[in-house]
Amino acid sequence: MKIKNNIALSDSGFLFNPSTGDSYSVNPIGQEIIRLFQEHKTMDDVVKLITKEYRIDKDTVEKDLYDFQNMLQSYKLSE
Amino acid sequence: MEKKQYERPIIKSLNAGLMNKFGTRTEYAPMTHIDNVAVKDLIREFGSPLFVLSERKIRDNFKTAKRIFETRYPKVQFAWSYKTNYINAICNIFHQEGSWAEVVSRFEYEKALKNGVPGKKILFNGPDKTDDDLRTAIKNDSPIHIDHLDELYRLIELATELKTKPRVAIRVNMDTGVYPMWDRFGFNYENGQAWDAINKIMATDKLNLIGLHCHIGTYMLVPSAYGVAANKMADLALGVKKRYNKVISYIDMGGGFASKNTLKGSMQLGVDYVPEINQYAEAICSTLLNAGFDKDELPYLYLETGRALIDDAGFLLGSVISNKRLSDGRRATIMDFGVNILFTAFWYDHKVSPAQEFGMHTEDSVIYGPLCMNIDVVRENISLPPLKAGDQVVVHYVGAYNITQSMQFIALRPAVVLIDLSGKPHVIKQKESLKDVENNEVMPDYLKKIKL
Ligand SMILES: Cc1ncc(COP(=O)(O)O)c(C=O)c1O
Repeated sequence: MKIKNNIALSDSGFLFNPSTGDSYSVNPIGQEIIRLFQEHKTMDDVVKLITKEYRIDKDTVEKDLYDFQNMLQSYKLSE
Repeated sequence: MEKKQYERPIIKSLNAGLMNKFGTRTEYAPMTHIDNVAVKDLIREFGSPLFVLSERKIRDNFKTAKRIFETRYPKVQFAWSYKTNYINAICNIFHQEGSWAEVVSRFEYEKALKNGVPGKKILFNGPDKTDDDLRTAIKNDSPIHIDHLDELYRLIELATELKTKPRVAIRVNMDTGVYPMWDRFGFNYENGQAWDAINKIMATDKLNLIGLHCHIGTYMLVPSAYGVAANKMADLALGVKKRYNKVISYIDMGGGFASKNTLKGSMQLGVDYVPEINQYAEAICSTLLNAGFDKDELPYLYLETGRALIDDAGFLLGSVISNKRLSDGRRATIMDFGVNILFTAFWYDHKVSPAQEFGMHTEDSVIYGPLCMNIDVVRENISLPPLKAGDQVVVHYVGAYNITQSMQFIALRPAVVLIDLSGKPHVIKQKESLKDVENNEVMPDYLKKIKL
């Protein structure tokens, strides 16, 4: 998933979309995932990295990622 | 390297529409223990969903209410409203504390007798008492609270037949300034029905009119309504004394004090707007004390308080089955409990807490139950941390009416556990079994065999 270029994400989880003026709050793991997407990591990469770092199984991360991507899309934060 | 605790990724719009009205931290602060017993352990041992009641909280509530009334009025008697929660162990906690029983059906009446409550201490309310019910109550010398004229006339006949003088009260309904008015039960004060009933009783000399009863509504948010009601009850009692020289020995003010639950659609939390018991007590007691009774003829004050004594002592533990995203973008969380066992979800926005720690981030969600029905909604709009399948939650203020009104619909009803004063859990009602449910079914012979 490709996150729009101009999206700004602060360390406190505040996300701002300058093209619409909309702002969002993102929890720490969501921030991490957005950063990974900004680094052009694929879905598979992200799942691997998250399961390595956190106590969680692959299936759960996958399900949550689908939903998270949907939300990013519906907020028009991805291309 | 130790792996980190996972939490579902969430993103929440900060400027779309209204801020969630209950999005405060305290509202979704985790509740991991009840009376020092871990929610996790309770679910592991007794299953999910599970009702849990705190004996400590019940006794505290009762003692507090009793003290509040007894410091304001010299003659107070509580009677446990069975319908509020009639698991026998719960009833017996109230009976151990000195509560009598208040029942509204033969079924409840028999339960009270079985629990060892003497007939004289069972107040028999309700519109549906058969001749057999009335005979039983008369023989046991229970105070019978008459609901309507048909019952009054039946009682006169039965008293004649049994050659005794049953002890009775009449239920009075009235305008207390709170609407809707509960005028379908008992005899109306304003239009003279109450006096008609009293006159009839006094004229026959077959019944012993010992009390007056009212129950002006439930979850009453206006304490002053009780002052109005007490005033009208006192007026009747003093009128009986004046007209017939008969002293009314008790005034029963019923139940109806609000519990701390939040009414659906309310913009504030129940804990912030529900009156304290002492406000109700003040309204009732000061009115009765100032009504003009002779000192030695002051009536007993009976109270049938239900939900206010037990709602906050009850918790429903449950688990997340799944999460979904609705078409409008809201999160939907499906729990393993629904309106089948949480009937009060129809009128309360129940507080729901996660039973494990989460970060600060929350999402607007809907909570659904597992029933295959559209009406199975536990919360229409709630801010919750990112729960995942298998996570556990605690629903608060469910001690009143949920267990007694639960429906056995497509699933078996959960166990009920009481945590005693030392923190030990006791099963006080076992989880329903298929056998329990089918116990009363009868299969005609010709339908026994099937072949597919
Ligand atoms: C006659 C009577 N007494 C007492 C109660 C208990 O009411 P609450 O739980 O509101 O205190 C009820 C409940 O509706 C009732 O009908």
